[in-house]
Amino acid sequence: MNEDPLAPHPGRRSSWSPAETSEGSQELAPAGALRLDHSVASVLRIPEGAVDGGQIDVERGEDTMIINMGPQHPSTHGVLRLMLELEGETVLRTKPVVGYLHTGMEKTAEELTYVQGATNVSLMDYLPPLHNELVFSLATEALLGVQVPPRAVWIRMLMSELNRMSSHLMWMATNGMDLGSTSMMISGFRERELVLEFFQKTTGLRMNHNYIRPGGVAADLPDGWEDDVEVICDTVFERTYEYDELLTGQPIFRERTEAVGSLSAEVAVALSATGPILRSTGVPWDLRRTMPYLAYDEVDFDVIVGTYGDNFDRYSIRLNEIRESVRIVRQVLEKMPRGDYRLQDAKVTPPPRRRIDESMEALIHHFKVFTEGFRVPEGEVYVAVESPRGELGCYLVSDGTAKPYRCHIRGPSFVNLQTLPALLRGGLIADAVAVISSVDPVMGEVDR
Amino acid sequence: MTEGLGAAPTTTSVEPSGAVPLLFVTRDEYHDRVAQLKAEGFEMCADLCAVDYLSHPARRLPEGVVGERFEVVVNLLSLSMKRRVRIRVQVPESDPSVPTLFDLYPGSEAMEREAYDMHGVVFTGHPDLTRILMPEDWEGHPLRKDYGVGRVPVQFKEAPGPR
Repeated sequence: MNEDPLAPHPGRRSSWSPAETSEGSQELAPAGALRLDHSVASVLRIPEGAVDGGQIDVERGEDTMIINMGPQHPSTHGVLRLMLELEGETVLRTKPVVGYLHTGMEKTAEELTYVQGATNVSLMDYLPPLHNELVFSLATEALLGVQVPPRAVWIRMLMSELNRMSSHLMWMATNGMDLGSTSMMISGFRERELVLEFFQKTTGLRMNHNYIRPGGVAADLPDGWEDDVEVICDTVFERTYEYDELLTGQPIFRERTEAVGSLSAEVAVALSATGPILRSTGVPWDLRRTMPYLAYDEVDFDVIVGTYGDNFDRYSIRLNEIRESVRIVRQVLEKMPRGDYRLQDAKVTPPPRRRIDESMEALIHHFKVFTEGFRVPEGEVYVAVESPRGELGCYLVSDGTAKPYRCHIRGPSFVNLQTLPALLRGGLIADAVAVISSVDPVMGEVDR
Repeated sequence: MTEGLGAAPTTTSVEPSGAVPLLFVTRDEYHDRVAQLKAEGFEMCADLCAVDYLSHPARRLPEGVVGERFEVVVNLLSLSMKRRVRIRVQVPESDPSVPTLFDLYPGSEAMEREAYDMHGVVFTGHPDLTRILMPEDWEGHPLRKDYGVGRVPVQFKEAPGPR
């Protein structure tokens, strides 16, 4: 372990990778060895004297300057505000200031029934809304103790992988924009539109679908979905190689991303970073593989891992994850089972529409589910899924009524933002935009 | 690992990714216990949040655990063992404070600030315990159960005109 864990280490290969790799399982560094003064980078309020800025190799001027970036800055992906302490052009300390989009969604969740809950969580991370619905539904089902039918499981997998593609495509677009590549932005949005069109066909909406619900999914896949998905897979897969030509090999793009915003695995783990940020440092941690949910243990895919933890690694991880998602979706296409797309339990899911005309009980159940909701047994549960940004968790407490007593969402963007001070430290102010972009925060989820 | 869990009343919670041990610890042993778990291989603090059990003082808890108004819930994750563990700490209303985990897991910084902001639980030793989501001059802690939900009055009839 080097002496200043926050110092950038361009070109240094991370020595730390806990889970098994293709070269066999690897050893962990002893947990006690981790000593990290996180406050050095993140907390601006501590007195000046307490911070030793001498570790960074910069020309030291007379004094430092604090500038505010955001919350209205176009490159802060919403309303993120950063307080940057600068010494010349070098960033010393950073403090992310969040909360400008706080709308009290966890409080709202306590006022909504479990049936309505998915509409609420869907609005948090609006780029992969289906993942939010998925984690809420999985948590509710865990408390209920029900198993959804296999077709529902595979539809959920199909939709979340497509959503991962659309989310990463959106990131490719905005990241390209932040680095000055407008062609990438147009291409990214063009491909994302393909996926969203399929979502609209299936769920009725382009975003915030309320499609994955406790007990299954809202509707079966539309007729001819196989052809649509096939077209999406072929097009997106082919176009990822166009992105390679557009960006990956470009000297200007490489200059601006390689060895910019480096992070070591020790710091990433200590700061609870997950998703592409953690994987870029060489830690092969992907919940789909390490703690499988849905039917991810039945499909074949690779966990993409980086080496240096810099912007370029995070870029290539996301680009390759699009390809891996295509691979998963193709397998789902082959293996999609037949059967019910939701649980046929009138206490949890509404009866089929046609039954309402002929059965009084069906009408009553329909009415009860949508007015009163269903009661969930007492208990508490924490469920996590791998969203495009990392570990998306839902801690749900039920007191036996039809509304959650507490619904806490662990937003990956919220936690990942803590790595920003470490990523920016010692870098140039001109790279700040590129680094923020590579963390991929969605402020709707950060502020909730 | 299992012998390490014997010190506090435990149960397990069955979740999609397998059974997760639940640890109930007192405030005094909280920090040491988490430090011990970290030494046992739980490298990451995946989640930290607070719950206000205002209307459920007599909820079901393992024997020997006295339910208080607040609970701080910490989900630790072990990347090496691919396991999770959940710790629940009872925090009384009269003195809502627990030691910070910042020295063990720097990543808990924002989560503890959120729990402070939303529930008013004070994390002693936290380097920057300020509001994170609400405005700095906000009064009250919104996720407490006795904090009212704001409402906009809805008018169903046509309003009588100004004339």
